[in-house]
Amino acid sequence: MLGFPLALLGLGLAFGLRGARPRAQLAFNNGTEVPSLDPALASGLPEGRVLRCLYEGLLVKDPRTLEPRPGMAERWSVSADRRTYTFELREGARWSNGAPVTAGDFAASWRRLLDPRTGAAYGKELWRVVGAREWSTTLDAQGAPRLPFDTVAIRARGERVLEVELAAPWSSFLDLVSLPALLPVHVPTLEALRAAHPDDWQRRWLRPHALVTNGPFRVLEHRVNERLRLARNDAYWDAPNVALATLDVWALDNLGTALNLYEAGELDLLTDVPATLVARLLERPDFAPAPVLGTYFYRFNTRRPPLDDARVRRALALVVPRAEIARNVAGAGEVPAWSFVPPGIHGYAGARLADAGAESARALLAAAGYGPGGRALPTLELSYNTQGRHRELAEVAAESWRRELGVKVVLAGRETKTFIDSQRNGEYDVSRSSWFGDWPDAANFLEIFASASENNRTGWASAEYDALLAAAASAEGAARAAVLARAEALLLEEAPLAPVYFYVSRNLVRPGLRGFESNVLDEHPPKFWSWSR
Amino acid sequence: MTRFLVRRGIAFALTLWVVVSVSFFLMRAVKGGPFDGERELPPAIEAALRAQYHLDWPLWKQYLQYLGPLNLDAHRASWLGGDGANVLGGLACGDFGPSLRYRDLSVSEILGASLPISLALGCLALSWSVLAGIALGCASALRRGTRVDAAVRALATLGIAVPNFVLAGALVLVFAFAWPLLPPAGNGELRHLVLPSLALGAPVAAYVARLSRAGLLDALAQDWVRTARAKGLSERAIVVRHALRAGLMPVVAYLGPAAAGILTGSLVIERIFAIPGTGSHFVNGALNRDYTLAMGVTVVYTALVFGLNALVDLAQAALDPRIASREDA
Repeated sequence: MLGFPLALLGLGLAFGLRGARPRAQLAFNNGTEVPSLDPALASGLPEGRVLRCLYEGLLVKDPRTLEPRPGMAERWSVSADRRTYTFELREGARWSNGAPVTAGDFAASWRRLLDPRTGAAYGKELWRVVGAREWSTTLDAQGAPRLPFDTVAIRARGERVLEVELAAPWSSFLDLVSLPALLPVHVPTLEALRAAHPDDWQRRWLRPHALVTNGPFRVLEHRVNERLRLARNDAYWDAPNVALATLDVWALDNLGTALNLYEAGELDLLTDVPATLVARLLERPDFAPAPVLGTYFYRFNTRRPPLDDARVRRALALVVPRAEIARNVAGAGEVPAWSFVPPGIHGYAGARLADAGAESARALLAAAGYGPGGRALPTLELSYNTQGRHRELAEVAAESWRRELGVKVVLAGRETKTFIDSQRNGEYDVSRSSWFGDWPDAANFLEIFASASENNRTGWASAEYDALLAAAASAEGAARAAVLARAEALLLEEAPLAPVYFYVSRNLVRPGLRGFESNVLDEHPPKFWSWSR
Repeated sequence: MTRFLVRRGIAFALTLWVVVSVSFFLMRAVKGGPFDGERELPPAIEAALRAQYHLDWPLWKQYLQYLGPLNLDAHRASWLGGDGANVLGGLACGDFGPSLRYRDLSVSEILGASLPISLALGCLALSWSVLAGIALGCASALRRGTRVDAAVRALATLGIAVPNFVLAGALVLVFAFAWPLLPPAGNGELRHLVLPSLALGAPVAAYVARLSRAGLLDALAQDWVRTARAKGLSERAIVVRHALRAGLMPVVAYLGPAAAGILTGSLVIERIFAIPGTGSHFVNGALNRDYTLAMGVTVVYTALVFGLNALVDLAQAALDPRIASREDA
């Protein structure tokens, strides 16, 4: 009779005890299980945090100023016409399997990124390279590129020189080179595995024991959905300056649990905290939110009346209760947004939505023929994904639209994927959105509302706006900033969106961690971390 | 016995087929796809990804490919012009396919890593709750009407009424922070599993206590117990050897649903205690539209629940010959 539960107990013990490893020198929560350790497939912040530990690109960003610093490239130069970049790789840089890191590795990795069969979200960014677009889009029946790769101006000149020629000057190229997607992989290892295991080579090369990397850390163990244990890579060129010998990257999506583990001393750094506890955490010295390049905004569906009228959209955008939302709903020091591009971009002073108050918003509506004496505005649906505080925020915004403009608004909470699907198919009136910059540049934000951008999703298309963006692409310095500011002014005037607030970082950092600097990209490479005790 | 197993085997195959088919088409009917994100993929890239995972095929063909045993992949099946290697595949060959979200892993790898952890947690929770539940239930029944009885009944009511995530939070507050005996979360050692298995098993223990109390009282009121007493058997022998055996039949019958409840209910507890079990994949697989992972978890859960119920039936037959003869008839 007792045998059954006792047998169960024994089974449980036999299954469950994998043994614990001693705690790493530093453990941080990454918030989710990263979808892949393949740089080409990276698109989110969590992947970036892990991939920058494992791989090193041509350039590394300074953790404080975000200026490019030498990575795999020791030196780099730009030609007089600002189209050709030449990178000189450092001598002695090696992969974890002992092979030297060569210019050819970068060319092969970027070729992989450009190949549509890889499925890389960021491959398109390299289309600015001469020949890249044609190579990526001229495909045979199986979807493979038909042109030889030497038509693309990514050229390895010997072992140590990489030359990249852009079709037109582009001031953000060095920022692009620093993105996780452009990190190199050891393509010969991939090719060998592909030949030996045609069925599952795509997974095999990413297993911890098979993965060949060139960054400050390597993967010691991967416990799916729990953590990645990283160890310092002794083959890394700058290994003596990497302070941490071991590093745990946790994949906890429950922020409350992560906070418990931080309080218990198991975790040293959280990249996010529970929204309900922000107010109390703000009193502590280890929680210091700092501005980041991210905007919370509402999209208007410009294909649907009455939102096809720019005056109606601007009226709605004007009376979003930004200050109240930033203070009472977001609560971690988020900044009310009167523009789309966040502050903190060097050399860019953008346009601003005129803070003209509810009176002028009502005037705009009246001019469009709505309100007292005109037609009644139809009921609008405000949709959001049912996560975090989007609902509370939507309630505050809807109440303000009702109170100030007499617009009736119904809220529609949707599960995330359903929500995204309805947004991209234009099945909404007003839809909650956010955008984070890949690098500190206004164009990185403004380009999503170009008429050809797949991230536009509002149906808004303006030839004038597209022309301004094109003009900015070939300009430089203050002239470029001025053109982009004009584009932003047009965007706010036409208002396919209503900016709400600018995000702040929400890192909870154990005192004593050195080398963790605040910056607008919220990027903190563990290579520079150390304990001060 | 053989007939019982054969009948169960056929029923299992049919159940699994229905569950797989319904889940497959339901999941594809839901909006959104595995590669949708706030940042949109360029159309050509998304098309290439969909082709890589055959999501561009008509649904019926994807369904046949998933079920197997024939692999319809044109690159492999020789009668479709491929090289002929790997003509077999799909669920019928035990192949759950690649995960669409975690691209470094196959569904089998994910299940292989997470299932033992969920089973460990479930086994621990079920074993302590059954042992404690029976002990409390018996104590309560044998001391009917006393303070012990009242206390057990109150505790059982509380155990059933309090949701396990509330209990989990309270346990963490008390045993991890107020009195730091155990870690608040984590995985790998026995101490990590103590609080979660307590929280997960509490409602089961409460229910088992109630069932065994009622069952034992019922058994003790039977005529054959009076006969045994008249024969001069000791009270201990009556209870342990006779009454308990009959009185625990309801508990055994409840074990199947209890095990299923613990398995599927573990996802909340797994999240709270950061245990990388299968529960989170069950939910995230669906939320991420990771079709293959969600299907894989569904298949495994179906098999587990079915297998556990079959075990319970066998146990009942062993305890009560009348049931065995009914099953065979």
